[in-house]
Amino acid sequence: MTQPSATGAVGLKPHISVRNLNVYYGDQPALADVSVDIPDRKITAVLGPSGCGKTTFLRSLNRLVDSVDGVRVSGQVLVDDEDLFDPAAEVTHIRKKMGLLSQRPSPLPMSIYDNVAYGPRIHGQRDRAALDALVEHHLKLAGLWEEVRDRLRAPATSLSIGQQQRLCLARGLAVEPEIILADEPTSALDPVSSAHIEGKFRELRDRYTIVIVTHILRQARRLADYVIFMYMGRMVEHGPAAEIFDNPREKQTREYISGVIS
Amino acid sequence: MNRRAAEETFFKALMGISALAIVAALLGIVGTVLWKGLPTMNLDMVTKTPTGAFHLGGAGGVLNAIVGSLCLAGGATVVSACLALPIVMGLNVYSRRASRLVTFTRFSMDVLAGVPSIVFGAVGYILMRLLGLPASLLVGIIVVSLLILPIMIKAMDEMVRLVPAEMAEASAALGATRLETAFRVVARQALPGLATAVLIAFGRGVGDAASVLFTAGFNDRLPDSLGSEAATLPLMIFHQYNSPFPDVQNRAYASALILMVIILAVSVTARILTRRLSRHSIR
Ligand SMILES: Nc1ncnc2c1ncn2[C@@H]1O[C@H](COP(=O)(O)OP(=O)(O)OP(=O)(O)O)[C@@H](O)[C@H]1O
Ligand SMILES: [Mg+2]
Repeated sequence: MTQPSATGAVGLKPHISVRNLNVYYGDQPALADVSVDIPDRKITAVLGPSGCGKTTFLRSLNRLVDSVDGVRVSGQVLVDDEDLFDPAAEVTHIRKKMGLLSQRPSPLPMSIYDNVAYGPRIHGQRDRAALDALVEHHLKLAGLWEEVRDRLRAPATSLSIGQQQRLCLARGLAVEPEIILADEPTSALDPVSSAHIEGKFRELRDRYTIVIVTHILRQARRLADYVIFMYMGRMVEHGPAAEIFDNPREKQTREYISGVIS
Repeated sequence: MNRRAAEETFFKALMGISALAIVAALLGIVGTVLWKGLPTMNLDMVTKTPTGAFHLGGAGGVLNAIVGSLCLAGGATVVSACLALPIVMGLNVYSRRASRLVTFTRFSMDVLAGVPSIVFGAVGYILMRLLGLPASLLVGIIVVSLLILPIMIKAMDEMVRLVPAEMAEASAALGATRLETAFRVVARQALPGLATAVLIAFGRGVGDAASVLFTAGFNDRLPDSLGSEAATLPLMIFHQYNSPFPDVQNRAYASALILMVIILAVSVTARILTRRLSRHSIR
């Protein structure tokens, strides 16, 4: 391990433990020997310049990296002591514990209602009344209910991009995950919608472990409890937000935070 | 006039001529069929089966061929769709994009789609004789299925490949299995395209003569079981046109008119379905 687990030092309970994670696209390494503990029910921000492997790291946490041709992964990602990359692990079961919010909203080709009900349905919920309640609850949680309550049967594409992103949030929350993974979730949104999503994250932080990739430093400062800084496929530094922002140990982190590299 | 402007004019003229040629060919075909077919067209043609004297110019109609063609193409379309859908989902959802099997399957489909239908008919005939089966609706359906399967797979594959990868990932990220992703999300997004692919294949099957020439048989009755022989419109047209009697020859155009109407109906249905089914699709 490159660093002793800093999370332990400040009394944070780890939720996801990444151990010696390496990811190669073909022969090209994208992540090299990453080890970190992601704290339970806190917002962890992943920072770093473009191409440093932030997306790759996030997609390793729910094994979506697997879908890329020629990808090779070694190391461990432990969620509740279950290794995600164990060949015997049941991927669908582990993914159910995580909601994903991508850079651009990716609604499913169905109605607003069905988008939110999709997760519960595939996990066996058939009861109409229960589904209605779930859909309403999670749309409220994502702050979209008031805007769509009268048109739940309309196609998801009839929503604005900002609304679609909140719909995707509601859809992810509806599988009742413990973890929310978000890859630059506000980069395609206007300032008002971005603020809306950020606000939601702040409301959800006590109940969910949130990992957010961002290249907006101010956003990270506003949201993060814990920060991971990456550079060229390596994890340079990680620690509580205050420490990283006010007192970075590594030169690269310092330069990134002061805007010398971006 | 400078050179670039001359080029522009030249290509505009070329495009105009090409467009004109296509429209003229279409009008020529439709016009001939209407002109020669309409006088011999009557209600009997589409409601009656041939009487004994029909092939000499006597009373009757081609209902047997209409029903035969619809059963044959309909059956083959159902069989092909049942095979094509899993294959296309296998290619796009289950396999790694660059795998050899995927590349090889796509290549085979390209080759098969280019094989003339008479080859399918001949191979079907040989197999039929080897298995000791009689020419029948069933054998016809099997041969036409093989003929339209690659066409359907290619058309579906093109549509399913357009489904954005993020969409399948969004489904997977919620804990969906690949089967759920394939049929609840990918197939749904591609639904208009899949419907069009099915109808294109049906159109191809209903109009093909060579594949059923030796394999489906030909008689004057309505087919009543999978084992009975089945007449088809393309073969009916072929026989009528080869008749020495001018009256019967003209009936070939009436039969062609019926076939054209069927194919037109299929195209229009495809259009309407595409519009209806794309309500939820994400563009
Ligand atoms: N599908 C892929 N195939 C091959 N190489 C890839 C693939 N995806 C990413 N890479 C490479 O892996 C490295 C890390 O990419 P990644 O997308 O994780 O970076 P990132 O930090 O998310 O960048 P950005 O801030 O621009 O989104 C890059 O060098 C990239 O070129
Ligand atoms: Mg990225």
